[in-house]
Amino acid sequence: MSIKAMAKAAGLVSALALTTALTAGTAWAEPESKDPIKLTLHDWTGQLITTQIMGEVLKKAGYNIEYVQADYIAQFAGLKTGDLHVAMEIWETTGRDAMDEATATGNVENLGETGMQAIEEWWYPSYMKEKCPGLPNWEALKDEACAEAFSTAETAPNGRYLGGPVTWGGYDDERVEALELPFEVVHAGTDAALFAELESAYQRQAPIMLWVYAPHWAPAKYEGEWVEFPAYTKECYEDASWGSNPDAQYDCGKPRGPIWKVAWSGVKEKWPGAHKAIQAFNVGNDEMGSMITEVDLNGKKLEDVVADWISSNEGRWSGWIN
Amino acid sequence: MNTADRSMTMEPAGMAWLRLTPLRLVWLVALLAVTAVWIAGKNVFPWAFTVPREMRLPAKTLVGDAMDWLVEEANFGLFTFVEFTRFVSRLVEIPYQFALSLLSTGFLQGQGSDAVQILPPVSWIAVIAVLSLLGFYAGGRRLALLVACCFGFIAAFGQWENAMVTLASILIAVPLGAAGGLLMGIAAWRWRAVDIALRPLLDLMQTVPVFAYLVPILFLFGFGPTAAIIATIIYAMPPMTRITVLALRGVPPEVTDLGNMVGCTRRQLIWRVMVPTSMQSLMVGVNQVIMLSLNMVIIASMIGAGGLGYEVLAALRRLDIGAGIEAGLAIVALAIALDRLSQALARRATAQHHVTQAPKSLLAAHPYTAAAVLLVIATGIIGLAVPAIQAFPESWQASTGNFWNEVVKWINVNYFDQLEALKNALLLNVMIPFKRFLLGLPWVGVVGLVALAGWSLGGWRLALLTGVLALLIAVTGQWAKAMVTVYLCGASVVLACLIGMPIGMVTAGHPRLWRLVEAVIDTLQTLPSFVYLMPAVMLFRVGDFTAMLAVVAYAISPVIRYTVLGLQRVPDNLIEAGKASGCTNWQLMTKVRLKLALPEIMLGINQTVMLALSMLVITALVGTRDLGQEVYIALTKADTGRGIVAGLAVAFIAIIADRLITAGSRRLRARLGLQEEAGA
Repeated sequence: MSIKAMAKAAGLVSALALTTALTAGTAWAEPESKDPIKLTLHDWTGQLITTQIMGEVLKKAGYNIEYVQADYIAQFAGLKTGDLHVAMEIWETTGRDAMDEATATGNVENLGETGMQAIEEWWYPSYMKEKCPGLPNWEALKDEACAEAFSTAETAPNGRYLGGPVTWGGYDDERVEALELPFEVVHAGTDAALFAELESAYQRQAPIMLWVYAPHWAPAKYEGEWVEFPAYTKECYEDASWGSNPDAQYDCGKPRGPIWKVAWSGVKEKWPGAHKAIQAFNVGNDEMGSMITEVDLNGKKLEDVVADWISSNEGRWSGWIN
Repeated sequence: MNTADRSMTMEPAGMAWLRLTPLRLVWLVALLAVTAVWIAGKNVFPWAFTVPREMRLPAKTLVGDAMDWLVEEANFGLFTFVEFTRFVSRLVEIPYQFALSLLSTGFLQGQGSDAVQILPPVSWIAVIAVLSLLGFYAGGRRLALLVACCFGFIAAFGQWENAMVTLASILIAVPLGAAGGLLMGIAAWRWRAVDIALRPLLDLMQTVPVFAYLVPILFLFGFGPTAAIIATIIYAMPPMTRITVLALRGVPPEVTDLGNMVGCTRRQLIWRVMVPTSMQSLMVGVNQVIMLSLNMVIIASMIGAGGLGYEVLAALRRLDIGAGIEAGLAIVALAIALDRLSQALARRATAQHHVTQAPKSLLAAHPYTAAAVLLVIATGIIGLAVPAIQAFPESWQASTGNFWNEVVKWINVNYFDQLEALKNALLLNVMIPFKRFLLGLPWVGVVGLVALAGWSLGGWRLALLTGVLALLIAVTGQWAKAMVTVYLCGASVVLACLIGMPIGMVTAGHPRLWRLVEAVIDTLQTLPSFVYLMPAVMLFRVGDFTAMLAVVAYAISPVIRYTVLGLQRVPDNLIEAGKASGCTNWQLMTKVRLKLALPEIMLGINQTVMLALSMLVITALVGTRDLGQEVYIALTKADTGRGIVAGLAVAFIAIIADRLITAGSRRLRARLGLQEEAGA
């Protein structure tokens, strides 16, 4: 082959490269690997929405996505080995221990906050304010008449507080003791049981005080408020002398913490673009709350709600994948 | 012997109760000693109430470390243990993917969202038609209709997609479980050593709650449907093994002699003679495998199996009781269809042995297969043009919508106070005192009494077994939780007997009524308990009472079943004799029939105890504080050691109860002069 011909060929090749680069620029960067990225799905609506928004956005960037159903905590076993790749909602409040344990192995990476803040606190329906006018200030609960309004046969004269499953932690038994509240803590086994009791009490307009968290459909469906405890600080949980009770920790409310995204640490090398996009993912509490309400209370299809979000937020998500 | 004689001999027996035999003396002394320690209390004998530190076994760490070693270091030389288990998992994955493609996703090229469908899945019409055809082949028109109704129900309520995912995993788990069970059973029948080694292993497989070994399974077999299938197989295989051993032992010696005479090799004897001869019993085992696999659907969905189990969980998390019931009933429909089909096929397989076939053309020889293949292809092609043939159209779907939520709401608003009063009465007067009593007992005394019970019912071997197991529960630091478990389980079993035995007594003489009751208890047993657990929480709040109701609903079936069975088996001549000697109906029931049915009923109670214990992990979901909760916490914290140790404690309680009740039933049977049951 003559030199001229070679130059010509080279020119052709570079032109070709240029055009592919151009077309790639108008679409998105080519995915680094066409292997499917496995995103885990759990059994609550908010997480399904978060995950599917992320998944649909990654699909727009050309990535191959696979959704896998997995248990919230058990999934870490899969994330460590690379059987699973991305988990979109690990709550500071309930998943922190498992997440820390997993990231400590070096096989799982924390990809930062989702933008949503987990709120967890004692909650009561608004109609209880009549019987206990001092609410939402926590000091109202110290009043005996008020506590009795929340009591049942088993706990009387103390009030009954329905806490989350023991596995959620939350230090409610310690809180009751530290703040000297005339309440007894009863633990529900799952959150389904928690909200089944709320639904039952709400139907009868009966007294109830329980652990409610957000983002969730319950605060949207039922009218009510969170009790206002002294705001959480780190010292409150660690230092007994802090707060109203000089001899006890936990004399304050629960921490409100971010909801984290985590991934198998191999994601960064295998799909760097997706890694960046997941890190950039950001959705707020109100936004998520209204989407959950659409699905769980208004009976809309989850896929439709996700599609609506994708079509009306193009400006935001295109920034994540660029 | 007539009944008059019997009651004559019974009278002095009643008086003899007061006479002090050596055995009674031992019991008396033991009970007095335990009572003395109990009254003396914690201050005098602290070691009798809490296990001293130096006696405790660090079992959690030991098991945890062993598991870590297995996952990280165990090595066969050429490959590691994990590589081996991953290989097994990939082997299982191949047929599963095929079944899933066939029934649900269609055959795909590529992975994840890039995949392109090359072939659609078998259309819903074809699935229903083929299975009905199978029903027609195996059991005639009625069975065909039943199968069509079951699957029609699933399609009509919009559960088709999920049901096919579940069906795909069942279709893999059942043959593997049945084949594995059969092989293990044959091995146990042939080699005594295998039999001895297998027996405790089978007990553990059946009684350790699945949650306890879910985490190690995930580590070993990877995440996803295959791990769920393997957990299902572990749980569902033991009955098949047990039944295989029994069935092979039950083959009449004439048959084996004949086999030997015609010069069979050992292998031919087993596969050509013994297995076909005992086919009918073996199919009972297969049937058990199917039912237990369907019981696992909910738990399997927690580790990535998806399907109907996932649908039930998700529906109840948004408190959509109706959707939960619909998905739950779809599981029941699947269970009924598969159960009846397998039974009918078994009957046909045994009946068909001596049919000689004249040579025919391929089509004529296999008319059913041909029709099925034709159906699949035809609906597949038409389905390309008409979507309603391929996938059940959404507009045809029925739903109970808000109906069930409204029902629960109506009960809740109108009757909550009455229900609450009933619950409080029971809880405050019976359950809580019983719980306090059990928790207050010294562990030394309980271990001693359990061993003594073993000794007096079955000799020193049984005493050693029950005593050591009880001791192990104590020294691994599980005593208090184990006592709560015994309390919850005991209260549930008593309630189940109080409800179940009268039902059994009433229905025993009325075949039509019995068929109705049987349908109800079968449904209760296959319906995932999560479905009725959440409405129960709405009406009774979280706690022990709700847990007890759920356990009773699940575990009541054997009490009813065995009561009916026991009463039906009472020989007619004894009843006639009772009538002749002027018994009233009441006397006939209490003095003759119930007394003679008692050994059978005890076996039913034994089964109920086992089922109740297996429900414990589920009841942890409504806030009980027993071993079930311990297992559940360990699962959510991925703490392998803690989960397995607590799971073993549950298994030990189950084994102690099983051995004691079985021994008691056997003694009773001997005393009543009844024959030993072959299967018992």
